Amino acid sequence: MSNDTTATTGGTASGAARPEWPLYEVFVRGKRGLNHVHVGSLHAPDDTMALHNARNLYTRRNEGVSIWVVRAEHVTASSPDEKDPFFAPSGDKVYRHPTFYPIPEDVPHI
Amino acid sequence: MTVTQEARPGADDAFQADFDAKIAADQRIEPRDWMPEAYRRTLVRQVSQHAHSEIIGMQPEGDWIASAPSLRRKAILLAKVQDEAGHGLYLYAAAETLGVDRSDLTTRLIEGRQKYSSIFNYPSLNFADVGVIGWLVDGAAICNQVPLCRSSFGPYARAMVRICKEESFHQRQGYELLMRMMEGTEGQRRMVQDAVDRWWWPSLMMFGPPDADSPNTAQSMAWRIKRDTNDDLRQKFVDMSVPQAEKLGVTLPDPELAWNDERGHYDFGEPDWVEFKQVVSGAGPKNAERIARRRAAHEKGAWVREAATAYAAKQAAKARTTTNLQEASA
Amino acid sequence: MSGDNIFTGLVEEHQGDARWAFGTGFTDALAGVDTTLPAGVDGADLALYCQMLGDDALVQAQRLVQWVTDAPELEEEVALANIALDLLGQARLLLARAGQADGTGRDEDAFAYRRAAHEFRNVRLTEAPRGDFAHAVVTLLVLSGQRLALFGRLADSTDPVLAAIAAKGVNELAYHREYAVSWALRLGDGTPYSHERMVEAVADVWPLTGELFATHPVEARLAAQGAAVDPATVRDEVHAVLTRVFTEATLAAPAPFPEGTVAGRDGRHTPALAPLLDELQKVAREHPEATW
Repeated sequence: MSNDTTATTGGTASGAARPEWPLYEVFVRGKRGLNHVHVGSLHAPDDTMALHNARNLYTRRNEGVSIWVVRAEHVTASSPDEKDPFFAPSGDKVYRHPTFYPIPEDVPHI
Repeated sequence: MTVTQEARPGADDAFQADFDAKIAADQRIEPRDWMPEAYRRTLVRQVSQHAHSEIIGMQPEGDWIASAPSLRRKAILLAKVQDEAGHGLYLYAAAETLGVDRSDLTTRLIEGRQKYSSIFNYPSLNFADVGVIGWLVDGAAICNQVPLCRSSFGPYARAMVRICKEESFHQRQGYELLMRMMEGTEGQRRMVQDAVDRWWWPSLMMFGPPDADSPNTAQSMAWRIKRDTNDDLRQKFVDMSVPQAEKLGVTLPDPELAWNDERGHYDFGEPDWVEFKQVVSGAGPKNAERIARRRAAHEKGAWVREAATAYAAKQAAKARTTTNLQEASA
Repeated sequence: MSGDNIFTGLVEEHQGDARWAFGTGFTDALAGVDTTLPAGVDGADLALYCQMLGDDALVQAQRLVQWVTDAPELEEEVALANIALDLLGQARLLLARAGQADGTGRDEDAFAYRRAAHEFRNVRLTEAPRGDFAHAVVTLLVLSGQRLALFGRLADSTDPVLAAIAAKGVNELAYHREYAVSWALRLGDGTPYSHERMVEAVADVWPLTGELFATHPVEARLAAQGAAVDPATVRDEVHAVLTRVFTEATLAAPAPFPEGTVAGRDGRHTPALAPLLDELQKVAREHPEATW
């Protein structure tokens, strides 16, 4: 419902844009001499805010000296194991799966 | 890539066999791996409920940030509640690798269609609640969550490693506050005991219904999404907490609590499962209020999120124009 | 490895405050810094000045905390909490310094929890009711802009403690301002609705900005000795920054800051401060003998 509100009043956004902010993947260099490592993802309206959010979310304890963010849709991936005949042919987007899976309503505790 | 499963008759069986072999070998399942629909659905439910719990769980303690009685406690509590937001975000990110959108999950939460840990439907009534939530509620959460660091689904397991490290710190902070209060005035000691009396039983309920009434446990354990039964974890929590309570000098509100030499464990009373079912089904003391607050924040914030989206679109359009001009002049 | 071992490992792995977020362990920030008062500086003046800067941070942090569980998005929740934690950290150091400077040895909590509203020295803008997110952005923009300009100069204070606090704070404040700027652009140049909200917020905030650049006699005396910064000296610089931001955000260029007179710095506050302090001090006042 709040999504509906967003969609109807967000007149200036480009027509195809979904109301939620896009997904970014975050890579942090924990300290000098190490590679950047994928630590997770986040949502942000643009690159600048993605960096802001990554700093706040993934380096709250000063773990990182350097952060990369990249739009998830710009990541192209190989199959998890090239020699594995059973890799899932789920498309070339690493982190997304196109289908929304409905969740049953009779959910128990965690 | 347009290869599809449908193009290969019988492929599902082969996928299933491969999935089963990975699970049997205690390997991690990663987002692009084939997985049974039921496995994916169960994980989406578990991970998103877990994420919701972190977010709703900010409220009972968040209520005390403004009134924390020292600036050091205020900073600790603010940092802790901020961590919970961070944990929620890690978990939503893990859930999204399963093909769901966070905004959809949020909608489900605020429409009351998805649940969160029932513990957060109890009120926090005095400042000692902050300590007891850290000690008992975070302690119970750690018992539940440490095994999940070895969950078969990679993104969930990795999120849990990060979360567990921070949670263990929260528990220590909570316990440290209670120790300080127990060394303090008579009024402070009363606050602690009062909070322990109210949170002990709900904490035991955090492990879920007895194994006999927990229909999903067997499948979840077979998939290695869950690694221990509810009753085993509950016992572990009780065994861990009783000596801590003794050291603290508080009484746990269970007359049946006693060491059983033969079992090598503490015996304890049965939680009120009728109350548990009521709270889980939405009749908890604070259920409506918690959801209403999350909903209000989300809805009030719609114009802000929308403005950011519109701004990003404008900037992207400007960047395109600039590129075109450069190309045209080149 | 069994679950028990993992649990034990987790608990034992992080002794002390090492992994804890900003805001809990502040003893280190001043490690090795000489705490004796600089020659010629009046201790009572320095204590009041530390309360002015400390109270600005404390009261602003208390307002920012109101966004916890109420922010427009979870990411902003985390960001605003970070800013509040930074300010809380600054407040703790400054109030502790006030207790050293006035010779009473009062600690940070004595100042935060045992003063009445008329003893607080914060500018009125920090105590203003929270308002919507646009108000939060404009308020943060103005306050962080002014404080960053002050702290940049205060890093050269003849008081080594103030200098150290300011040097630490500059990085934090630069981030606060950057955060506020980025949102000012998004809201100002976002949707027509967000633009309108920004215009309203600016109109509400502006009358309170003059006081930020009004010089209190204590500030004037300490500035003459090189211990403090006269806020009037950063007025043009802050206005220039805001002008650039407003233009970029498609907002009308900001009006000049109104001619402000000292008010909050002398303990004269709006009615908004007393309820804020009631909430802040409630538990501590109920248990006057307690330690936490």
